[in-house]
Amino acid sequence: MTSSVYGANPIPEVNVSPEAISRGRVIAVLSLTVFLALAAYYFVGVDEGMTSVFGKTMVIHEWVHDSRHFLGFPCH
Amino acid sequence: MEIRAILRGALAGALAGVLAFAFSRIFAEPVINKAIDYESGRDAILAELNKAAGRAVAPDGPEIFSRSIQSTVGIATGLILFSAAMGALVAVAYVVLHGRFQVRPRNLVWMIAGFGFLGVFVLPYVKYPANPPAIGHTFTITTRGHLYLAMVGCSLVLLGLAVHLARRLSRRYTMTTSVVLSGIAFLVVYGVLIGLLPSLGDLSANVDAAHQFGYARAATETPQPIVNILSRSLVIDGKSIAPGQIVYPGFDADVLWKFRWYSLLNQLLIWTTIALAFGALLERFLNGGSGRTKRDRAERPTVDEPVPAS
Repeated sequence: MTSSVYGANPIPEVNVSPEAISRGRVIAVLSLTVFLALAAYYFVGVDEGMTSVFGKTMVIHEWVHDSRHFLGFPCH
Repeated sequence: MEIRAILRGALAGALAGVLAFAFSRIFAEPVINKAIDYESGRDAILAELNKAAGRAVAPDGPEIFSRSIQSTVGIATGLILFSAAMGALVAVAYVVLHGRFQVRPRNLVWMIAGFGFLGVFVLPYVKYPANPPAIGHTFTITTRGHLYLAMVGCSLVLLGLAVHLARRLSRRYTMTTSVVLSGIAFLVVYGVLIGLLPSLGDLSANVDAAHQFGYARAATETPQPIVNILSRSLVIDGKSIAPGQIVYPGFDADVLWKFRWYSLLNQLLIWTTIALAFGALLERFLNGGSGRTKRDRAERPTVDEPVPAS
């Protein structure tokens, strides 16, 4: 990649995996995924029961009601 | 590789959710409908009893969506979203853990999914099992939520510690000995945990409610028979209800057993599908679609895969 800079003594082509992304980006991607997954878990299982993010409505609770029971979350 | 692995995990999870939806349509919904019928009848009787006794009548729960919505798109949304999230988490665990264990990728995925099934569902379920509608008091939802999530969190942490312990022990002992020892240690700590956490019937709010119609001291919140708890007769619809007379039965034990059994099978279906589908998708991806030998199936990135946009 940068071999031309070194003139007569080029560094051999380094085989960088085209799949590789930087460590920081990996951490960002993993964190974002975990956050989204936990948000999904929370809204399916917990919201508008134990606690509520969008105030005292019951829309989400009632929409996922049957799955909340069936997946084993506490409900009423 | 990370993003692609996660997408495959979420895809496998979504597939698991679709299967779980089909399963729930066949097995869960008839049971849920029976439970709701029981609940409606119970609420009606309770309202009349309380009115006859001059006590406060509990308001009805909200009815925002019809039962036909809840039992179709409603339950599908929940199951698919949950399963896709679990699939994505299995993929994240794989990305973090791969290369640390000398197993082929598919087997690592299977193990992670197995631990997920145990930690996210089975171990909490042993203490606080799934309940159909009609079971679960509105006024304890906050406490029950905290207890359930605490069980999920502790179960996952304990499983992680057990694996860590087994690896440490395996430096000194054989693999079998290490696994058995750490398994025993896990069961002891887990046993202490479920022994320490309260049974739902013993929550102070439930103890306080025991003197009301339809409530009684019990180990769980499963509805007890409705009894005339007063020392005088009550008249409902022209019929006299003597003291101690049962007006409405407790929750049907068979319906409860069926619901819990199907709930367990449903989660088994979800995690098995995630394990098999994600394991297969992942290995196909890691092999770059070409037929390589088993030994080469390490998570070495393949050169011919297209570069992800960055």
